[in-house]
Amino acid sequence: MRGKFAVKQISVFLENRRGRLADVARALSEAEVNIRALFLADSSEFGILRLVVNNPEKARAVLSAEGFAASETDVFAVEVEDRPGGFYRVVKTLSENGIDVEYTYAFAGASNRAILFFKVPDSEFERALKLLSDEGHKLVEAAEFYT
Amino acid sequence: MSLKEKDYMPREELQSLQLKRLKETVERAYHLVPFYRKKFDEAGVKPSDIKSLEDLKRLPFTTKQDLRNNYPFGLFAVPLEQVVRIHSSSGTTGKPTVVGYTRHDLKVWTEVMVRTYLMADVNEKDIVHNAYGYGLFTGGLGFHYGAEAIGASVVPASGGFTKRQLMLMKDFGATVLCCTPSFALHLAEVAKEEGYNLKEDFKLRAGFFGAEPASKALKETVAEEWGIQYVEAYGLSEIIGPGVAASCKHGNLHVFEDHFIPEVIDPETGEVLPDGEEGELVLTTLTKQALPMIRYRTKDITVIHREPCPCGRTILYIESIKGRADDMLIVNGVNVFPSQVEHVIAKVEGVTPNYVIVVDKKGVLDKLEVWVEVDESILKDGVGTLERLQRKLEEELLNNLYINAKVKLVEPKTLERSMGKAKRIVDRRQLEGGR
Repeated sequence: MRGKFAVKQISVFLENRRGRLADVARALSEAEVNIRALFLADSSEFGILRLVVNNPEKARAVLSAEGFAASETDVFAVEVEDRPGGFYRVVKTLSENGIDVEYTYAFAGASNRAILFFKVPDSEFERALKLLSDEGHKLVEAAEFYT
Repeated sequence: MSLKEKDYMPREELQSLQLKRLKETVERAYHLVPFYRKKFDEAGVKPSDIKSLEDLKRLPFTTKQDLRNNYPFGLFAVPLEQVVRIHSSSGTTGKPTVVGYTRHDLKVWTEVMVRTYLMADVNEKDIVHNAYGYGLFTGGLGFHYGAEAIGASVVPASGGFTKRQLMLMKDFGATVLCCTPSFALHLAEVAKEEGYNLKEDFKLRAGFFGAEPASKALKETVAEEWGIQYVEAYGLSEIIGPGVAASCKHGNLHVFEDHFIPEVIDPETGEVLPDGEEGELVLTTLTKQALPMIRYRTKDITVIHREPCPCGRTILYIESIKGRADDMLIVNGVNVFPSQVEHVIAKVEGVTPNYVIVVDKKGVLDKLEVWVEVDESILKDGVGTLERLQRKLEEELLNNLYINAKVKLVEPKTLERSMGKAKRIVDRRQLEGGR
């Protein structure tokens, strides 16, 4: 299942310096890379920007060429109804089966659907996909984010 | 004269031998190496100006850059037909430096290595486990041939494979260990993890450690852990390799003066400093044929001592190398060498070897920051992993260097890199007239 559902997420290391976020955005914009979802985790001195884009390979190449530390990580996406309890049902499945969520983020799309992204330990990736699928959750194919 | 007696020659006899050899070396360098001739001519000195050992200071210095500029064989004083061995530095900061040896040079090298081994009375009954790298690096073969010449049984283990090395050391009953001080410590740590009893399972009685600066604490730890005589072996490939100096039972690092003349200079002005004062070590070879080195600036910081040593050797001794001349920092009175910081960073995963040390003033105190470029591999985990990495580096710096440094993780390629050598130090204290 992994091959089909593993979404290539780009992680970018950013120092807390004015303009760095804009530099990333500019680089991607100039390369015509479309950002589908993003999430920025930060400490007082630095942050890690997580991006799901339409062309991960290109994004990574562009960012590396601009001197950013950028790496690729597998996450997976689950589509839920955009109403109370949608997120809970997914997290509950993972939690009850002892799968730790390292981080997660989401966006609410059109027509009452929301997309949730999850990063779980690599060793649990396959199991998480299978569990969610077995319990009737709708996994989103990676290809849907790419163009 | 036996080899050992050479360390005990009367000073007068030694000095007249030095002068004779110095004259020959200068003469050969001037006539056989265009580089030296040009330098001497520019400085307005001729070989005939060398009338006493005092005159050495009239000669121009030679630097690592000169070797690089003449890469690979430009400074050789013999045709390649007479060169029987070539070694080279790693060249991490540009072109490597290349050194050559004639048969005679190898004989000299073996002789000074034998004299190094004699610091711990190594003999034909000893089993010498040589864990210096074999190859272009001079450490492996230098220690190898010295031990063979003595008639000891040499185990050419070379580097790496720690657990296998421990097994061989135990099974073969090694009595002498040759490696870098940090590897000796690493061997001890792994041996303990593997359940060995260092003093009962091994028969080591002496170790010859060099190729990197070691703090007094590290030396003591290595000597105590293994229960051995710690012999410091100093040398550099440009001069000959290991075998320039070695420490006696009293811990004094004796220079084999009949082959190398040491001077200590002020690294800023180039002036020769009196004995007892700290400065940059400058070495002149007296017997090297293929690559005579005249007043080579080692960049190593030390002090020359000519007072008698309790061991009875008449050759002078220097203090253990403190670090590189162009690199030393004094932070709140503590000497800090970038190599030490580098050493700490190299052991921690998640950062690249690229770093900069930033010193600033905070009130009356110096404030030290170490900026390290993160490695992409660590980004897949959360921010917490990076914060733990930061703290770990800070702890390691405190444990190893006794300094409180703040570690800052920075983006790759953000650290300033000058042409050739990486710029490792940003000292902002001067800006405020702090020092």
